[in-house]
This record gives sequence, structure tokens and C-alpha cells, in this order.
Amino acid sequence: MAILATEGLAKDYHLGPHTVHALRGVTVSIDPGEFVAVMGPSGSGKSTFMNLLGCLDRPTAGRYWLDGQDVARLSRDELAAVRNSKIGFVFQQFNLLARTSALENVELPLLYGSSTPRERRERARARLQEVGLGEREHHHPSQLSGGQQQRVAIARALVNDPAVILADEPTGNLDTRTSAEIMVLLQRLNREGLTIVLVTHEPDIAPFASRRLLFRDGRLMTDQRGEAQDAAAVLATLPEEELVG
Amino acid sequence: MIFQALRIALRSLRVNKLRTALTMLGIMIGVGAVIAMVSIGSGAQARVAEQIQSLGSNLIIVLSGSSNAAGVRLGQGSQLTITEDDAAAIAREVPVVQVAAPTSRGTAQVVYGNLNWSTQIQGVTADFFEARDWGVDNGRPILSEDVDGATKVALVGQTTAQNLFGETDPIDQIIRIKKVPFTVVGVLGRKGQSSWGQDQDDIILIPLSTAKKKVLGVSQANARSVNAISVKVRSAEDMAEAETQVRALLRQRHRLQPSQDDDFWLRNLSEVLQTQEESTKVMTYLLGAIASVSLLVGGIGIMNIMLVSVTERTREIGLRMAVGARARDILTQFLVEAVTLSLIGGIIGIALGIGGSNAISYLAEWRTVLAPQAVVVAFGFAAAIGIFFGFYPARKASRLDPIEALRYE
Repeated sequence: MAILATEGLAKDYHLGPHTVHALRGVTVSIDPGEFVAVMGPSGSGKSTFMNLLGCLDRPTAGRYWLDGQDVARLSRDELAAVRNSKIGFVFQQFNLLARTSALENVELPLLYGSSTPRERRERARARLQEVGLGEREHHHPSQLSGGQQQRVAIARALVNDPAVILADEPTGNLDTRTSAEIMVLLQRLNREGLTIVLVTHEPDIAPFASRRLLFRDGRLMTDQRGEAQDAAAVLATLPEEELVG
Repeated sequence: MIFQALRIALRSLRVNKLRTALTMLGIMIGVGAVIAMVSIGSGAQARVAEQIQSLGSNLIIVLSGSSNAAGVRLGQGSQLTITEDDAAAIAREVPVVQVAAPTSRGTAQVVYGNLNWSTQIQGVTADFFEARDWGVDNGRPILSEDVDGATKVALVGQTTAQNLFGETDPIDQIIRIKKVPFTVVGVLGRKGQSSWGQDQDDIILIPLSTAKKKVLGVSQANARSVNAISVKVRSAEDMAEAETQVRALLRQRHRLQPSQDDDFWLRNLSEVLQTQEESTKVMTYLLGAIASVSLLVGGIGIMNIMLVSVTERTREIGLRMAVGARARDILTQFLVEAVTLSLIGGIIGIALGIGGSNAISYLAEWRTVLAPQAVVVAFGFAAAIGIFFGFYPARKASRLDPIEALRYE
């Protein structure tokens, strides 16, 4: 059974007298364990699609099942609960809380669920170790490199054991080598069974996904599956010098 | 939930310490000012209350009236119209009266050794001390035996004792009042200034009978006449009734026709002081109200900072919403932040207010009384201000759209 499924998903925006059809009916089904790249030029509707997948917004028409639950018509508070338990977000800007330790940043989603401080601490610590930052739990974002910050953000996305990770241009602010490192991490998590949907417009990032959705003018144009490129192999070919700094 | 919100709030307040401190400053000053001002007002109130105490509570003083002989009216006390018998009658016949003490007074030069001092001499009976709530510090009061036997004993007030004896113990010393030798048997307790600034401790008390015979002289018209009667009423509620009954009794005893004026005066001094007490109370409220304005300004400061903070932290709010914060979680977080700001400010303000009122009483030598209810009210007010002024920014934060908020630069 699909973990994410949409049927005729549409979203209109009203700008004064004009109606903008940002998304014109998208039907797609994503199975557990898939690694999907969502691509398309700006204005293609891919951001709107991601916002709907992330339960940050409600569709004008169509249906959306997340982990078996019909979430298209939920209230704001119900959507918040769904985001808290089923979705992990990774952003281009990392969006870590400044002057807050890595550990506390990872704990953040747990603050809005029901867990004891000890549970929170233990789960956050485990996730930080999983992304290779166990040694840096007390570092603040300003004391971490871009790649490390994005790892903290990924740990934060994982902390609630979500059904899916939605990553919006996760490598947009990173150099080539660090980007490859992040993709290695995401591929590893995917191999361990995690479903990942990733938005990107970088042609060298998309091949790391095993399925590519191309959007244009609010519609899903192509949906192709293929062999994913191994990020670890790509990383090995990159010159070491870029590590400096 | 609240506990978690508190943790989140404290965490974000810690992040920007200087701004947190500056925002608190407004509330600190406000709360401090309210407490300091109210304690100044309460101090003034306490002083008036003390004056009432020193005067003798529930006291009515009957003074001899003006004579009206053939249409020539002399001033108050120009004729001694009241007598010791009037005093006895008041004590006997007016049930709400506890005690009525007749006194006669005059001024005389008093000599001790090579020192002399002009002071007020009052002839009193044993009831005087009870009527005026006046204790004896050292030695004994004047007893009824002294009055009956017209003994030559005297009690000196604190000021008089200071001026006549200096360091010497006044007890058993011989002083001369108008050349008559008296033995000092006691020193009166300190009374302080009366409400009109007279030093009540500059006095010598001698038995009424002795005063008349040896010192102040006897009225030609009536040997029993006195200057005044101090009437102590049993309770404050009975003051008005006592006044009416004493007046009626005296008019009857003096055989005054309804058309005639009183030939005596009734002075209810605690009434005057109660009016003063009222006015200091009003002053206290006024000072408190003025100080409250600064508390209000502090509240506006909190709102200002919280609004700035909400704008600055738009992305943070978006992120919190994305990871599962509901609108009311965000509302609670910012509300708790505002209330925490105002409460911590309030606590420091209380310390500041207590310190300030102590400093004022020390430096300006004003009496201040720390009113616990002022502390509680100021603190509660600070909390209320936090909620009131924190609500609008918090609601603004909770209504943000997560998508817009996440995209905010």
C-alpha cells in the first residue's frame, strides 16, 4: 500500500480578482521506501505540491492519503498533529534555532508531542549519533559548518520516526562535496527503509533518487523510475581539497 | 504543557539577555515605584494614627466657655464655667464614658538647683492617666491619695526632665514651682508632638488640689472650677452619642435655656485627626495611581518588544508550526514569555521598591511603612500587564501561516 497517495490534487490561489491555478489535479502514489525527486522550473507547482504533501496547506480540490489517513480536509490543529507525527522536514536554510544547542534543536518536534524530558533527550541523542554528530550535541548552529547544520536538521526530521521525509532543496546552500555527503546520508537512510521526497532543481542531485517527478504548469508531466546513482561513489571522485575551510 | 511552554519561553529569553533585561526594566521601575510610593503614603498614615494614639484615643475635651456678661463676650476659657463636679457627673451619668478627668493648667517658672525652666503646669487627678492614655516611664503616677491630701508631688514630662535635670535621675529630687517645693515622684512616658506641633512632653503634672491651693490659685467665683475635662469614651463608635449626652448633661447642670449658647466647648480631636488620616489615605492612593502609570508604560514596552520579537522570529514560528506546534502552542509560548518577563521584572521591582522605600526613610527621614497588600497588588498587576500586553503579539504569532513564515526573510 502506498504511503503517500494523491488523487486529482488541486490548489487555487486568489489574488484579487484573478485566480491562479497553482496545481491542476495531480494524481500520484508513492510507496514506502521510495526515494523521489520532485523537479520543475519555478512556477511549475512543485512547491505547492510539496506544501500540500507536508500538510502545511489544504488543497482546493482532490484527495490526499498519508499513511492510510485521509488528511485533505483536516483542521489546522489536526494538520499540526499529523506534521508532528508523520512528517519530517528538511529545509534549504536548515532553519535551526540560533543560540540553541544541536541536541535541543533535534528535540524540538518532541516538545509538541507527549514525551518525558528523558525520552526526548535519549531519542534526540540517538538521532544525532545516527547522522554522525554525537560528539557535537552541545554545539550551537553558529559553531557548526553548513553540512553539519543540515545533518542536525535531518536528525530533527527523523526524531519523531516520521512516515516520510520531505526535503526542500536540502543541498541548495551547500558546496558540491558537502551536497554529496548529505546525499550519501539520505541514501543510507533510504536504504534503511525511510521514504524520502526531495525537491530540487539541480540536475546533478536528481539522479541520486530512484524516481523522478517532473512538474510543469501545475501538472505532473513525467514520472520516471530508474537506477539511482550511488552518492558514495560520486563523493569518492570529488577532489579532497574542498574539505578545507 | 504550561511547564513546557515555560521552558521554551525561558530558553528564548536567555538567548537575548540584554533585551530581556531592558524590557524588564520598565516593569521593575513600575512595580518598584508603586511599592515605594505606597509605603511613603502608608508611613504618613501611620504617623497620623500614632498622633491619634498619643492624644489618647476616643477623647473628648470639655473646655470652659466664654463668658457673656451684659453682652460683652470674652474668648474661649475666659471664664471657668466647668467644675470638678461636672467631671464627676459626666463619669457617673453618661454610660458610654469610661472616665472623666478634670484638669486645671497654668504656666510657671520651675527651679531645680541652679537651673530653671518655664513650663506648663497641669493639676490633674488620678483618672488623668487613663483618660489620656499616658503612662509613667519611671516612678509612679499621681494617686487619689495625693489629690485628697494635696501632697506636694510632681511628675515631669520628658522634655522638662531633660531641661531641668540633664543627666541626673529626677526621682526624689526637689523642684520649686512658684517657690513651693515639690518632690518628683515620676517621669512621664514620651508623647511627642501634638498634631499642631506643640511639644506635649514639656509639662509638669501635680495633684489638682495642690495646684489650686499652692500654685495656680483658685477661681474667685467657684473654688471647684477647672480649665478642662478630659473625657474618655469607651469605644470609637460611641463618640457622637457621648458628645450629645455630655452636652445635654452640662447644659442641664449649668441651667442653660434652649435659647442660650453653650458656656463650654467640646473638642473631639480624634475627629480632626481622622480627617487628616482620610486625606493621607487619599494621598497614598494618588501616589500609587501615579506610580501605576509607569507600570502601564512598562507594559507597553513589553508589548513593543514582543511585537519586534514576533517579527524577528517569524521563521522560528514557521519552523515550530512545521514540526507540529499548534496555534495555541505558539500563543502560549509568546504569552508565557511576556508574563515571565513581567513577573521576573515584578520580583526585581519588589526588591527595588523595598530598597527604595528604605532608602527614602533613611535619606529623607520620612517614615515609610511597607504595605504587604501593596506588594501583592503590584505583583498581580505586573502579571496582568504581561498577559494583557503580551496577548496581542502572541495572537499575531499564532495566526501566522506556516508557509509564509518559513519563507520569511
